[in-house]
Amino acid sequence: MAKGILRAKAKAKGGNTVVKIMAKHAMETGNRKDKSGNKIAANYIQTLSVAYQGKTVMETNMGTAISKNPYLAFTFVGGAKGDELEMTWTEITGATATETAKIK
Amino acid sequence: MMNRRSVLKAVFTGGLVAGLGVLMPRVALAAWSKAAFEAETQEAAMGALYEADPSASAEVTLKAPDIAENGAVVPISVKSSLAGVTSIAIFVANNPQPLAAQFTIPEGTLADVSCRIRMGKTSAVTAVVTTGSGSFSASKEVKVTIGGCGG
Repeated sequence: MAKGILRAKAKAKGGNTVVKIMAKHAMETGNRKDKSGNKIAANYIQTLSVAYQGKTVMETNMGTAISKNPYLAFTFVGGAKGDELEMTWTEITGATATETAKIK
Repeated sequence: MMNRRSVLKAVFTGGLVAGLGVLMPRVALAAWSKAAFEAETQEAAMGALYEADPSASAEVTLKAPDIAENGAVVPISVKSSLAGVTSIAIFVANNPQPLAAQFTIPEGTLADVSCRIRMGKTSAVTAVVTTGSGSFSASKEVKVTIGGCGG
């Protein structure tokens, strides 16, 4: 089950919306080795984009140097309580999903 | 039948197309740049993203701890007072792959992002902010007591 890895908190405040997203993901870099010395295959989130009412408000490209359970915080102008944010992520393996969160 | 003229023409057109590819702004973001993310030196990663080396600017604020006890989770935030910021990128010089993240900032989003990165060892962390008029950077040395890049 790959869906539902994102936890997002979005708060409308003074005309801006503060978005904080945490993804539950191991972010395997491909540099690590297991006990028998084989490299563990890379599997990390490559892109995460956030859209508000059809308009992209943030697009992130991530590399191996992002910590596990990546966290992202940003602020955009606009957004109202009760509106929805659409968050789409793509793994390096090609897995992808879109999740939504409500602005509080 | 391929005569000399058509061969020349083909070579010329091919060269032109390749040339255009190089001239195209490489900072055309959105796409995950394999060359940049898999580059093993900071110079190579920057070279894949920017036309010219970013110049240091006081208007880019990089917030990072002086000492990161745990290199697996290092909180970083980047802010800029520059106008027209289109993207922010974070580099960790001594990591196996120095480019950590790249944020595309559309209009209406503030140039202020936070995230958490991994650091293999003590290294300079550099934030590069791209605006319409070029790239600007700020950098800071972060000491790491326990590395976070496996191994």
